Order: sequence, then C-alpha cells, then structure tokens
Amino acid sequence: MSNLLKYPGESSNDSLPPEAKAAAHSRRTFLFKLSVLLNAAVGTVLAVPLVGYLLGPAVKKDASVGAWVNLGRTDDFPVGETRLVDFLSPVNSLGDGETAKVACWVRRISEQRFQVFAVNCAHLGCPVRWFAESKLFMCPCHGGAYYQDGSRAAGPPERGLFEYHTKLDGEALLIHAGNMPTLATQASCKEKPLVQIAPAEAATRSTSWQA
Amino acid sequence: MAGLKDRSIRAALQSYEWLEHRLGLIKPLSAAATHPTPSSNASWLYVFGSAATVLLVMQVMTGILLALVYSPSANEAWGSLQFLNHNVALGWYLRALHGWGSDFMIAIVLLHMVQVFLFGAFKFPRELTWIIGVLLLLLTLGMAFTGQVLRFDQDAYWGLGIGASILSRVPVIGAPLVHMMLGGPIIGGATLSRFFALHVFVIPGLLLAGVGVHIWMTLLHGVSDWPMPGRLVSKATYEQEYHELAEKTGIPFVPDAAWKDAVFAAAIMFSVMACAFFFGPFGPGGPPDPTIIQSVPKPDFAFLWIYAVLAFLPASLETAVILVVPVLAIAGLLLLPLIAGEGERHWARRPVAVLSVSVIAVTLGIFTHLGTYTPWSPIMDAWTSTPIPPKYLQGRTPLEHAGALVLQNKQCRNCHVLDGEGGQRGPALDAIAAHMTEDQIIRQVLQGGGNMPAYGNALNPSETKALVRFLLTLRGKDLPPAIDASRSLTDTSEVQVPQAPVAVPERKTP
Repeated sequence: MSNLLKYPGESSNDSLPPEAKAAAHSRRTFLFKLSVLLNAAVGTVLAVPLVGYLLGPAVKKDASVGAWVNLGRTDDFPVGETRLVDFLSPVNSLGDGETAKVACWVRRISEQRFQVFAVNCAHLGCPVRWFAESKLFMCPCHGGAYYQDGSRAAGPPERGLFEYHTKLDGEALLIHAGNMPTLATQASCKEKPLVQIAPAEAATRSTSWQA
Repeated sequence: MAGLKDRSIRAALQSYEWLEHRLGLIKPLSAAATHPTPSSNASWLYVFGSAATVLLVMQVMTGILLALVYSPSANEAWGSLQFLNHNVALGWYLRALHGWGSDFMIAIVLLHMVQVFLFGAFKFPRELTWIIGVLLLLLTLGMAFTGQVLRFDQDAYWGLGIGASILSRVPVIGAPLVHMMLGGPIIGGATLSRFFALHVFVIPGLLLAGVGVHIWMTLLHGVSDWPMPGRLVSKATYEQEYHELAEKTGIPFVPDAAWKDAVFAAAIMFSVMACAFFFGPFGPGGPPDPTIIQSVPKPDFAFLWIYAVLAFLPASLETAVILVVPVLAIAGLLLLPLIAGEGERHWARRPVAVLSVSVIAVTLGIFTHLGTYTPWSPIMDAWTSTPIPPKYLQGRTPLEHAGALVLQNKQCRNCHVLDGEGGQRGPALDAIAAHMTEDQIIRQVLQGGGNMPAYGNALNPSETKALVRFLLTLRGKDLPPAIDASRSLTDTSEVQVPQAPVAVPERKTP
C-alpha cells in the first residue's frame, strides 16, 4: 500500500465489500493500461516528426546537393601551373560566415584540359599544400603526399586527392561543388574509386623520366 | 541576555522545523553525509571522485558565465572569443578557468578510474557504479571534443574535418553519418549550432544525471573498503562483511573522512586557478576560414594520442582499426565488472591488472608525446627557413654545391633532417652515403618508395646528378661510404678466391 493512503478511513473504497473493491481495482488497472497505450500512441505521433527533423540533414539525396561554380576565366590559369582558388560554396546557408568559403587547387594541363582538386586530404581531410618545385601536394597533419596529377605519392592516404568535375563554358572554368569531400561524400568518385593502395613503387604514374 | 539567546535559538530551530517539515531533504541528506564508512578508506587515494565532481561544478559555472557572451554562430563565434579575451573584463580569465578546468577534469577522471581499477573497487556490488563511471568518462571526453569545436578556430574547423573523415569510413551509412554530424553538406553554421547544443544541453544533462546516479550508488553500497591481499570478494558474503567492517571500524564520512576530499579538491581548484592565471586561455587560433590553408591543425592535448595513432596505421588496416578498436575497448571497459566481478581485489595479487594499466599508460604517454612534435609530418617551411649547415658545404665542388641547392629547392628538407634541423618524416641525411650507394640513392630519389614520393618528374637529369653528388659527400663523421658488395664479386676473376670487401673499392668513372 502506498504511503499516501496510510489512513484507510479516508478512502471511500473502505466501505465497499471485497468483491466490489476488487472489481473497482481491476477496472482502474484496465483504465491505467489503456491510458499507457493512449500515451504510447500519442508519443509515437509526436516522435515521428521530431526524429524526421533530427535526421533531416542525413536523408537529403547526395545527387541533389551542389551546383556548378564559376572559378574564373581560363586565362587566369597558366598552362602547366597549379593555383589555389577560393569560391563560395553553392550549398552555404544562414550564418555560415567564413566557413562558407572553399579553397581548391586548379591545375591547367593544357589549353583545354583542367584538373581541380579539393584541398581536403583523402586521409583525414586536412588542407594539402602545393609545392611547385617538387611537384607535390603535401599534407601537414600526417604526411600524406600526392603527385601533380592528384595520385597518391606517399603517406597514409589510401587514394589520390578528391577531384571536382570540371567543364569549360566559353572562357569560364566551372566545377561542380557541393558536399565537403570525404571518403563517403566525394567531390567526384567516378574516376577514382576507393582502392586499397599498392606499394608506392608500384603506383601507376607517368614515367616520362625513364624515357 | 540569556533569555534573548534562548529565544533566538528557539526561533532558529522553529524555522528549521518549518522548512524541513515542508522540504523533507535536510535530515536524509545529513544522514547520508555522516554515514559510517570503514576507517581504512579515509585515505588520500580516495579523493579523486569528489575532486572530479567539484571540477564539474566549476565547469558548469564558468560555462554559464562564458555563455553570457559567447555567440554560437559560425559568423561570430571566433570574434566573440576574441571579444571575451580582450574586451570583456576578466573574460580571458573565465576562458582560461574553463579550458584548464577541462584538462584537469580529464586528468582527475582518469586517475579516479585507475585507482578504482587497481583497488578492485569495481567488483560486486559496485559493477553498475563502474559501468556508469565508464559512460561518465566518455561523456567527459565528449565535452572536451565539443568544447574544442566551440573554440571555432582553424584547429576546430579542421578537427571537424578529421571527425567527418573518420565517420565517412563507416561502411554503407558513412555519408548520412557525415551529414548528421555536420548538419548539412559542409562545415558551417549548422555544424557549430549542433555542437553548441551537444556541449551546452545534451552532454551536460547526461553528465549531471550520470554523476547523480553514480553518487547515489556510492552511498547505497558505501565507499569500497581498502583491499587486503587474500580477502576475496564473494557475492554470498561481501555485503555482510562490509556491513560488519563499517559497524566495527566505522567513522562518520563527514567530517572524519571528508576533510581529505575537501583539502584535495581545494588544492586542485587552486591549481586550476594558478594555471589559468599564469598560462591564460587556450586560443582561439587563426580564424575558421577554410581558404587559409597555411594551417597545421592539431587536436587538444587529450586527443593528441589519437592524432598520433592515425599517423602510424597502415592504410590497409586504418578503416578497420578506427571503427573496430574503439568499440572493443569501450565494450571491454563496460563488461569488465561483469567478467571479473568477484575474487581478489588487491593489486599485488592482480598482475594482469597492474600490467594492463602500465602498458596503457606508457602507450598513451608515448603517443601523446609523439603528438606534441609530430615527427611524421613534413615541416612545410623547412626548405626556406632551415639552411644547409655550412660544414656540409665546405670543401665541396661546384657540382656538389649545386646539388645542395637542389636539395633545398626541391623541398627535401621538409622531410629530411640535416644536422638536427628539418622535417623528420624521412631519415636524416647526415650519413646517407654511408648507408646507400650511388645507384641506390639515384633509384630512391627518382622512383621513391618506402613512404617517399618519386621525384623523377620533378628533377631533370642534371639536377639529379648534382643532388646525388652532394648526397654522396654526406658520410657523417667520416664513415666509409656504402659499397655494392656484388660489384666486387663480379670484378673477381675465376682463379681468385672471393674475399669479403673490406676496403673502399675504386669506382671506375667512364
């Protein structure tokens, strides 16, 4: 018996015969169970939109994220050089401030051919830097290194740099940007599938120096 | 006068009775505070838990005060921290208290855990107390990580990138997990907002509730008695034995045992204040602008060891290790009291326990130490800031001097040490010619391998020639140059008995 009913005389139940007491008790127990069920139903109806709101960022289709971004006139990129370019993320939103800015490395291979790499290292996303003299991208975090074509050179990354899709629109260089590139949300994953690395010596790369 | 005194005492008693009749908490709380505890555990080694609680209270208080000024918006967070540091009176001190309090809290929580583990205090009937404690440790680390994000400087930005990259390695649901963590497709306003919600609402709520349950269970089962070798814990008898011990040697926890807790907590608080006053707040570092790539991101002290481990994992194992080992480690900690809930408590009879703590402590210490100077990272500006030592240039030919220039210009120093200066990613080059022959050096430079990129595309033949010639002059303290043993064998005529090469062979130049 609950502490709150320590004075039996106060309860109107006391005057009832045992059978009626039991009947009243089982009716109240039934009603209590019914009320629990009712609340479970209400709770579910309440929870569905709340969970939907919480999972909102996760259920957005990857394909719908992003847009073509103009990186500037092709004349700004000399053939054979790799340059850092900033742009405003097309998927920025309210209050992103400086974090809406994105940097990428633009490599002009020839008049019509470009490669645009994400600055995010394929290992853990730190910003890689281009060293024109040794023709390498180096990562400051764990020592990942990439060749000028973005392929893996050394260190912990298991693949080459993330690459944006590019297209030329007249004099303008455009890339398709959206998700921050990671192994699961790559800037472009079609050409460079996730592969287990081979030893660095065996990595496929141009061998012009042997000629 | 005596009448007045009596009257005032009676009035005070009456107010107390009035309050307690309505509140009903003072009597049970003071009974709990003065409960008898075995005198053996009124020890200086039993003070860490209460100190951690005091630190938590200080973190909550300083956190609320910081929230009066901090702006949890990606636009303004960094600026509001600068404002706190420089424009708000004592803002720097509050930030410093909160930052140092966080480091101290992690340290004290770990000490508490080690003490409880070595004393076998997690055994019956305190298994659930340990399990809740493990969750409290994880929540404390969660506070440290989310707090680092709220600092919203370059380290915070790229730290989020590292976190997202780790999540992206989860099979199948990697992408949704990344977007859940970031609150959108990129690191931005939504990311900071959700880490603010975690740091200020979700984790502290869980932490305070967990601490409440943890302390309740400590009161319920009593503070564990000092372990004695050979006194085994058995589910059948332990509670009876503990009860008798508390009966026989019991002293009231407050004040007889609690004064040590209070003194230690005061010492810890004083240390936090001293560190905050003398060393000041942590950062913020550079602004969270992802286009400033001249950044060397590094996590806070508590996570340096993880940062170090991530540098050493081979690529083929990395994803598996990152995703599986933490799960196993946490599961192991949670299941420990269920697996070893009875038996010996004393550390002298538990060699595996002592060995585990030692190995884990040494491992974490080594990785943390490595994390402080990151020998695996190239030093990005070594090629321009660290000149070739003059002693390596004296008495060299013009070709060798040209080679020294190539070594510098091609950023070799970013990864290679000369005379103690330069990056440590690759081996030091001071005695390279004593370890590698000319052919081997040429092959290594052009083709790379063993974690070195190939430089074939970045060097023309004359640069290669000059570089290798310079490297061949680096023989440490006049060590003999490396030789190709097979060459002397092929030079041997058929009638001669092959001899082990001892002298430096003359290299024939065509």
